[in-house]
Amino acid sequence: MKETEKSNSWRKDFPLLNRDNLIYLDNAATAQKPECVLKAEMDFYTKFNANPLRGFYELAMEATDSYEDARRTVQKFLNARFPEEIIFTRNTTESLNLAAYSYGLSSLSKDDEIVVTIMEHHSNLLPWQMAAAKTGATLRFLECEKDGSISRKQLKEVIGERTKIVAVTHVSNVLGTKTPVEEIVKIAHENEAVVILDAAQSVAHMPVDVQKLNVDFLAFSGHKLYGPIGIGVLYGKKELLEKMPPFLTGGEMIQSVHRESAVFAPLPHKFEAGTVNAAGAAGLAAAIRYIDSIGFDAIEKQEQKLTALAMEELKKIPGISVLGSDKPEEHCGILTFTIEGVHPHDVSAILDSDGIAVRAGHHCAQPLFEYLEIPSATRVSLAFYNTEREVHALAESLGNVRRRMGYEQ
Amino acid sequence: MNSRTFYNEILNDHNLHPGHKHDLAEANRELEGVNPSCGDDIRLKLRVENGVIKDGAFQGSGCAVSQASADMMLDLVIGKSREEALRLSEIFRKMIQKQAGEEEMELLEEASVLQDIAHMPARVKCAVLSWHTLEEMLKE
Repeated sequence: MKETEKSNSWRKDFPLLNRDNLIYLDNAATAQKPECVLKAEMDFYTKFNANPLRGFYELAMEATDSYEDARRTVQKFLNARFPEEIIFTRNTTESLNLAAYSYGLSSLSKDDEIVVTIMEHHSNLLPWQMAAAKTGATLRFLECEKDGSISRKQLKEVIGERTKIVAVTHVSNVLGTKTPVEEIVKIAHENEAVVILDAAQSVAHMPVDVQKLNVDFLAFSGHKLYGPIGIGVLYGKKELLEKMPPFLTGGEMIQSVHRESAVFAPLPHKFEAGTVNAAGAAGLAAAIRYIDSIGFDAIEKQEQKLTALAMEELKKIPGISVLGSDKPEEHCGILTFTIEGVHPHDVSAILDSDGIAVRAGHHCAQPLFEYLEIPSATRVSLAFYNTEREVHALAESLGNVRRRMGYEQ
Repeated sequence: MNSRTFYNEILNDHNLHPGHKHDLAEANRELEGVNPSCGDDIRLKLRVENGVIKDGAFQGSGCAVSQASADMMLDLVIGKSREEALRLSEIFRKMIQKQAGEEEMELLEEASVLQDIAHMPARVKCAVLSWHTLEEMLKE
């Protein structure tokens, strides 16, 4: 066991993980923050705090530099062509709403179709329900197999010449399955539709290259990427963003304003109305630098090892069924499961009494649960800072759940 | 262990072997109670005659706390007058807010095993669902 702890030298970077009696396995909900992220946020307020993009004095210019540096760090992280293709938002939900309100409402009409998958988080479903309701467009669903895969046949059947927008998750927050983005993009583009990728659940676990994927928009949250809560990103291809109307209007998104009209600022500021979350952006940039310093090879290797161990251990426990693929490498660290005869909220309360934090419920993906005909489930989500010892503790606690609920075994 | 666990024998027994979880053909009052955020769902049926709860039953699904609480509640209120049942409901709510005295809690019999739920705000609504549904039915 000591070996494992020694090999995971990253834990010491995360102050919260020093907390006693805590095994944090809810990383898909939000990840813990390394010290360097906390320091970057603190540094913004202690060294550079002024309203970015506004003042003409030195401090304000330093604040602006810090904010725009963060934008370039995100640009490099996603391999976007231009920094102005990176729009800072509050989170994935706001990014997807920006896309739906601005791109969706201005480009959709009655005979058009919007395609989503049945696995979407509500944040990539409700904005499109709204856009469909307001424009008369039809919402269509790509349905997945039991293992979470989407067949080529489905893609060909659902995406067609009426499709204008394909808004899909990169990794399901319930099943952990990766969607076939390359194929989706190819078919969507053949039909002149744009692809909007919800990367909330993928960016922390694998390299994401927007040029290689050739997606038109991509959304993620800083807080699932070891960054602060309250900062998110929408990437969009420059030529698309330029044509889009603003989402929110007000301060700092203008070039000039008159009594009854205004000229909007160029990208990216057109989409960043109001005082921006500059400290959050600095924290996110620090998180990205931190991840770069570890590298996705090491992150994927550690998460893969833990996922494989967790799956093996869970399989040994009577009554547990893991949703999605049988293969640990198709889970991106997410294991969602049911225990026969025990409600997920009771599972999570029992794990909590052993100091283990997991998520229980429908995971903001109710249509998927309806489709799978499961009322709700418990989710374990791993990060590279978790250890084998923690996975063994999880398995031990789970092994006792049915007995603690009054079953014989 | 860093927090209390309230899954004891009494709660588990009411969850696994509920005495009142069935249909009630002769019911004259019926109401569904739902906790939308967690999916607890209880359909409560009562036969109320001359202001007295003559019989009661529930159906539905949810966590052990919501199911056991409904079963323990029916154990308590069947045979009681409308007023007595509402009084018990008030005591139950007081217990959940840690404001009930020992004597009051004794009146709740087995339902008092849920007193520790007060430490878990997220689960309070599971425990209160059936009582809330009962109140709504008796108010009419």
